[in-house]
Parts: sequence; structure tokens; C-alpha cells
Amino acid sequence: MVRRAHGRAPLVAEGVFRVVALTCAAFVLVVMAGLFVVLLVRSHLSIHRFGWGFLWSDAWDPVRDHFGAASSIFGTVASTAIAMVIAVPLSLVIALFLVEIAPPRLARELLAGIPSIIYGMWGLFVLAPLMATHVQPAMQKVFGTFPLFSGPPMGIGVLTAGLVLALMVLPFITAVARDVFALVPPVMKEAGYGLGATTWEVTRKVTIGYGMKGLVGGVFLGLGRAIGETMAVTFVIGNDHRIAASLFASGNSIASTLANEFTEASEPVYLSALVELGLILFVVTLVIQVLAQLWLNRLGRLAGNRS
Amino acid sequence: MTSTPPPDVAPPRLTVPEPTAGVQGPPATAAQTKISVRGLSFYYGEQQALFDNSLDVPAGSVTAIIGPSGCGKSTHIRVYNRIFELYRDQRASGEVWLDGENVLAPGVDVIELRRRVGMIFQKPTPFPLTVYENLAYGLRLHYRVKGSELDDRIEQALRAAALWDEVKDKLHRSGSALSGGQQQRLCIARAIAVEPEVLLMDEPTSAIDPVATSRIEELVVQLKATYTIVIVTHNMQQAARLSDFTGFFYQGRIIEFGTTTELFTNPKQKQTEDYITGRFG
Amino acid sequence: MNGAVKVVSALAAALGLGFLAWILFVVLRHGAAALNWTFLTSLPSPPGGSGGGLGNAILGTAIITVLACALGVPVGLLAGVYLAEYGRGTRFATVVRFLANVMMGIPSIIIGLFVYAILVLPTGHFSGWAGGVALALLVLPVVARTTEDMLALVPNALRESALALGSPHWRATLQILFRASRAGLLTGVLLAVARVSGETAPLLFTALNSPYWPRSLSGPTANLTVTIFNYAMSPYPAWQQAAWGASFIITIGVLALTVVSRALARERK
Repeated sequence: MVRRAHGRAPLVAEGVFRVVALTCAAFVLVVMAGLFVVLLVRSHLSIHRFGWGFLWSDAWDPVRDHFGAASSIFGTVASTAIAMVIAVPLSLVIALFLVEIAPPRLARELLAGIPSIIYGMWGLFVLAPLMATHVQPAMQKVFGTFPLFSGPPMGIGVLTAGLVLALMVLPFITAVARDVFALVPPVMKEAGYGLGATTWEVTRKVTIGYGMKGLVGGVFLGLGRAIGETMAVTFVIGNDHRIAASLFASGNSIASTLANEFTEASEPVYLSALVELGLILFVVTLVIQVLAQLWLNRLGRLAGNRS
Repeated sequence: MTSTPPPDVAPPRLTVPEPTAGVQGPPATAAQTKISVRGLSFYYGEQQALFDNSLDVPAGSVTAIIGPSGCGKSTHIRVYNRIFELYRDQRASGEVWLDGENVLAPGVDVIELRRRVGMIFQKPTPFPLTVYENLAYGLRLHYRVKGSELDDRIEQALRAAALWDEVKDKLHRSGSALSGGQQQRLCIARAIAVEPEVLLMDEPTSAIDPVATSRIEELVVQLKATYTIVIVTHNMQQAARLSDFTGFFYQGRIIEFGTTTELFTNPKQKQTEDYITGRFG
Repeated sequence: MNGAVKVVSALAAALGLGFLAWILFVVLRHGAAALNWTFLTSLPSPPGGSGGGLGNAILGTAIITVLACALGVPVGLLAGVYLAEYGRGTRFATVVRFLANVMMGIPSIIIGLFVYAILVLPTGHFSGWAGGVALALLVLPVVARTTEDMLALVPNALRESALALGSPHWRATLQILFRASRAGLLTGVLLAVARVSGETAPLLFTALNSPYWPRSLSGPTANLTVTIFNYAMSPYPAWQQAAWGASFIITIGVLALTVVSRALARERK
């Protein structure tokens, strides 16, 4: 049997592999830095022309090359707010159900796995007509005079977008909340049962007290999702550059504006303004993600787990 | 098995010998010494775990390392094959001479070092491969070997590890399907297949049932004719049964080292006596 | 009290499941009506016309997804190997891990915008290549983090015993550790691919869409998701019908991948 003379070859191979792996890891850094730099450079024209006023101007006039982000920001905030108001309490309850009573199911992952454009299709062709014919008229009958519910019930609009978004982030927040609840040290739970507590009492005293912090992290992640969600919103928000008091009115979000107008933008300033919208969205989601990750890391360390 | 031409007439060396060996030579020891440890200290981060260890492991014998848990037994032998280097915060200082070469010196061919110094772990660690591939993996790393020659080498190693009769019909089944004792003998076969000179065993029977343990102990006695064996154990009876030499470790220091008979019947240190008579540990 | 809470929790969960069932039902019902052999194999009809199919978009989505895997999976695997095997405990690895987590939460339309700026603008045209790159950037952090987690689950003793045999670390990783964690790795990769194959936003400004068969990846490339977007928003009933058909295909594809990957994960246990 002939022995292999190892020489330097294994050292070289090991070194090469290590450098390649390092490069791949560094690539994540490069992409993140590149995202910021590229968006900044490409929106330079718009930043230069409109300055900070871009953030609060509600102008959107491709003919006269005058652009502002206010209506897109408003629509993003409004639809996201509606989504969170609905999804957060609901997902808290579902997560409790999943962790305390029933085993986690494939269904939750399927719900999270459905492409967002499918939610858009369902929103546009099923939910929106339903909103127009039944839900919105009923709401107007009940609340009548409020400007929040004024205007013709079109079906599509900020409210419908918020509803679809709520449905989309629901499995997401639920998943994070469930994981955090599952982190509750079993000893604490057993101690609770040992003292003769019922499931609900243990849930309330131990799990919620402990899991609230985790839920905050989950809500942040869901928030990041909802703010940047593109297709589901684009299908149902109406895509109208305006800021209306009514929840029934059409609007737009940053992501929907990009999806609708980007390939049509011919003027450099128009394109640059759209990229600046993207830059705003990037920075906002980045901040939300960073905060959520820091928060969850801290929780993971507290629970003694690798996060 | 024919090897043409004999590749290793001279004893294998880890590094090209430096012509100017003026700095420090290997310690002058008896001709049969296989490993000489000199002034070995070890650190986990800031924490020092071994303090100035020195000992000589005689060739062709079984040397047992005993001591209470946490005394640094495993840490000590994990320096011999430099496996501790996997962890960023672990650091060794001092010298470990293997046949006149300091394995801790920079420029040592660690791959060749680990071929010469095999290791068996506490829990059996079969690779997630077939029995055959478990052995072929190491062989292919170190030898240009294939076909029937590879088959022969694998059979030889499995026979040497007293496992051949039990696995010859399931060579191409998963190694992890074997029983715990068989898995551990598979790991021994895997280690000796690459023709090491030294076998390090880190509590090799602590995760295995008594019957399987006695089979492995028999195996260790057989293997010492061919290999220099260093076995870490917390089981004093095992040390007494198997070893020719014993070192007693306590809190990172070598308290006493000598022939097993001497150490167990006539310990020179109070701490050794206390330990072997079961007064602590 | 205990009973009441159980009921409320179960109702809430049922509500979630109810919506899932509703959406799936709608897609299956409308979609099945659109499906036939022509639909799966031929080119789209002109605006307003009927008949025709989305064979080109099905093929295009398959090609772009495969391209995304070919680009994103190896890089993600190697990045994960670095995090788990070489960089453990280093500051650099901590930063990369953190940013990979953050990157997973960046809206996919932003990734599309980025790739538009670095690939479409310089070359002067939309392309299947750009679409594949955009999806690969979505795959990358998911695969990297999964790989790291799966390798971290491999017992150190196995890693040490491979190295103690004289194996170089890279061979131990690829031949022993990957094998030990292959079910988990496969699950992670399949899940990532499933998510990405249903993405629309990153393709809007990169692959765009096309009414022709994908002959080359250097031009606009047909794909199912952008087709759904374009057709659903069109005034033609035939196109809306086709959008449902496309929704059916993409939903079944994504869900099938999800179920398969979960089944693999269970097998591991």
C-alpha cells in the first residue's frame, strides 16, 4: 500500500476552501452594504431636486416631474396599522392554542407558504367584491356619519389591503410567538401544574408573562413583513396617489407604487424618485429588522438558547 | 500486500529535519520512549487547565491516565494529536515529543501527525456512512489504494478490531446500525486501518455495556503488541487490569507516574493513595 | 375559565385554517377550470383573444428557479459552513449571522430594485439572468442560516473523530458533516426554493415577462407570477381566467415543495 505524500497540497486545499467559504460569508455583508449604496446613488437625482421635502410632499406628477412620498408613506402606514390591529391579538391567541393545547400543524406553514400573489388574487377577485357588496355597506349603516367610512363602497382600498395583510402576517407572528412560548422553561410550567393550576392559569401567569417579550419581537418581524409586502397590497389597494380620510378610499403604498410604475418611468427624475421610495422602504424595514433581531437575540440569551 | 517501493524505510517524519538543530533537541530518554511530554500547560481561554505536565510514555505498552473527573486527563491527551486546535479559545504551551519531534512545533504536518496518532472517543462516533466506507474514508485520505487492495485492508483492520465476523455480511449497511460495542470497535478498526503508531483512548468504554466493555478490554491487550496505547479512564479497576504504566492526575497536575503495579500497591504520594483507596474522587 | 379560553383559542386557530381552506378552494376551483393540455403547452393568446396557454411562463419560472438555486444554494451552503465551522465565535461571524437574519426580512421588491440597478441598467435590458440573480439573493441568507444551524446540531464528537483521523476540515465538512445533516439541509433548501419560486416582486424589474418561449436568458423571460400580475389586472376575462390557471400551478408547486420538505424533516427525527 503506497502512502500518500501529503506535502503542502492538503494545506493549500484547506486554505482555498476556507477562503472561498469566507468569501461567501462576506458576500452577505457586501450585498447589504451594496443595497444601501446602490439605492442611495440611484436616488441621488431625486434627493438633490426635492430634498427632505420629498418625505412630506403629496405631489405625484410625472408630467411636470414633481414627486413626493407622502401619499405612498400614508398608504403604507395605514394598511400596515390595520393589519397589525387585527393580526396581533389574533395571533397571540392562536399561538397559545398551538403551544399549550394542540401540536403545531403543517397548516400554519402552508398558510405562510402560499405565495403573496395568491393572496392578491383572492383579495381582488373574492374579498374585494364581498367588501363592496356586504361589509362596507353594513359598516356604513352602523357607523354612518364618520368620515372614516365615507365614500362609495368600492371594495378595493386601504381597508381591504389591511385585511389581506393581516391574513398574511398572521402565520408569521404566530410562528414567532409560538416559538417564544415554547421557550418558557418547562420547570416553570411544571411547577405551576404541580401547584394545582389549570392549563389556563399556567398559561396566563407563566407563559404570557414570559412570552410577552417574545411576542414583541414577533410583532416587529410581522411589521417588517407587512410594510414591505408588495403583491397582495398592489392587487387591492387601488393604486391612487392620494391621502383620504376614508378607509374605503383607494390609496397606494411604497411597494405598490414601485410595482406599478417602475417599468413605465421614462424620465430620469421619475425613476430616481421611485428609487428614493425604495430607499425609504429599505431603511425603515432595516431598522425594524435590526431592532427585532437584537430583541430576539437578547431573549434567546436570557432563555439560555442559541438564537 | 505488496508495497513497491517500500515508502517508509526511514521512520516517518512530521517535518523536514532542520540542519541547524542547535536550539533544543529532544530530551535524552530511554530508547523505548514513544512520547515525551515536557512542561505542558493548557488553557481554556483565561482558565488554566494543565500545569507543567511532564511524563514519558513507553513504546509498545498501555499507559493509563486516571484521576477524578475534571482533573485534566482528557485535556492532556487531546494535546498529543492537536485535536484541541479545533477550538479557538484553547491553547497549549510546552512540548510533546513523538519519536524525537515536537508535535506542537509550528510547521508540523498535522494530517500526518493524526495518521500516526489515532484517537478513540468516549461515545462511539461512526460516520454516517456504511461500515465499509467508514474504514475506506481514512484509508483513502492517507494511501493510494483501491479495488481489492482496499477490500483487503478493510478486512484486515476489521479482523484486528475483532469485528470482522460480526460485520462481514453487512459491510454495506450503515455503521450506525451496529450495537454500541460494535460501533466502538468499528471506530477502533477505523483508527488502526491507517496504520498509526499510537492510539489515544478517551474513556472508550464509559458509554458501553459491561459485556461489550470486556470485549474492548481484550482488544486493547491484543493491540498493545503493535501500538503504543494511552487510555484515559475514570475506572481504576480498568486501569489496573489493562495498563503497564499509570499516571495519576489531580487538578491539572501529574501527581504520580510509574508502573501500574508500583502505583497501585505502593503509591508514593498521599493524594494518590487517597484516590486509589477511594477516599476521594 | 379554562374551558372558555380553550374554546376561544380553538376558534381563533380554526379561523386561520378557515381562511387557508377558503383561499385554496378558490384557487383550485377557478384554476382547475382554466387548465387543459393547450394551457400547459402553448403560447399565450393575444390581448382579448381566447385559447392559448402559458407553456412559456411555466418553462420560464422553472428555468429562473433552477438558476436561482444554482447561484444561491452553493454560496449559501458555503457561507453557512464558514459560520458554523471556521468562524465560530468570531466577531465577523456574529456580524454576518446578524445581517443574514436581517437580509431575510428585507422586502423582496427592494432586492428586485437592487438587481435592476446593478444588472438591468448596465446591460440595458431586462433579462432572465437578472431574475435568477434576484431570486438567488433571496435564497442565499435562508440557506446560509439553515446550513449553520444544521451543522451546529452535529455532535462535536463526530467532527473531532473525522479530524482525528487526519481528515482536512473541508473534507470532513463536505463528506461527513454534510452527510450527517443532509435531511435538515435538504429541508431548508427545499423550503427556500418553495418560497422563492412563488415570488413576484423581485421579477417585476428584472426578468420582466414575455409572450414568447424563453430562448435565451439575456432578454425578458416569461414567468408565471408576473403573468398572473399582468393578466389579473387586465380587463379581458380570458386573461383573468388564465391568471387563475397560473395561480393554480404556482400554488400546487409551492405547496408540494413545502409538504415534501416537511416530510423529509420528519423522516430525520
